[in-house]
Amino acid sequence: MQTRIRIQREDFDLNAEVTALAGNGEAGAVASFTGHVRKEGDLTTLTLEHYPHMTEAEITRLVAEAGTRWPLIGVTVIHRVGSLKPGDRIVLVAVASQHRHSAFQACEFLMDYLKTHAPFWKEEARSDGQHWVEHRNSDDDAAKRWQK
Amino acid sequence: MNLLYFAWVRQKIGKGEEQMTPPVSDVASLIAHLKNIGPNYADAFADLSRIRMAVNQHHAGLDAKLGPNDEVAFFPPVTGG
Repeated sequence: MQTRIRIQREDFDLNAEVTALAGNGEAGAVASFTGHVRKEGDLTTLTLEHYPHMTEAEITRLVAEAGTRWPLIGVTVIHRVGSLKPGDRIVLVAVASQHRHSAFQACEFLMDYLKTHAPFWKEEARSDGQHWVEHRNSDDDAAKRWQK
Repeated sequence: MNLLYFAWVRQKIGKGEEQMTPPVSDVASLIAHLKNIGPNYADAFADLSRIRMAVNQHHAGLDAKLGPNDEVAFFPPVTGG
């Protein structure tokens, strides 16, 4: 399985990433998820902080787990950090497999686990100041669906 | 021991990283030790239900054993994605 994991400040090119995953022709299916900064109320900036090294290590472990559950050909995970604006891309998870079922499932599994395991924290800037985003219990429930 | 703090834990404590050699053998006793250092630490660790931790870059619990060369990180529940 070809794995690419990048934590970066810059934006990414969805088409280039998906094309690279499908590139060798083995993959009949590439499923991808792109997360964007949601425009909510008077949100002006969303700043993402992470735990360098552990972030990459944790995502590597999650991708390896996905590889034991589905027959995957390639996985790309890109997560941005730093200051983002409403509408900006935050995260890409793209999964290549021979068939769509495993690609869809692994993509959703990786997003659910990334949200509950990868050490990122979001801070919102609004007209009344800065606030750390609270963890959602619904994200834990989403990840629990995949427990064996 | 290398200690790391992230997000509001870092802000409450007032630094992101520090080295110390506390006389502790697990995460729970490390937190008890830190809470005695000063009110900023006591504030950061006031509600342990809001604190998560990692030992050597793996998610860990309060009962995780610690050695002198370990990297221990404290942070709020994660909110990426």
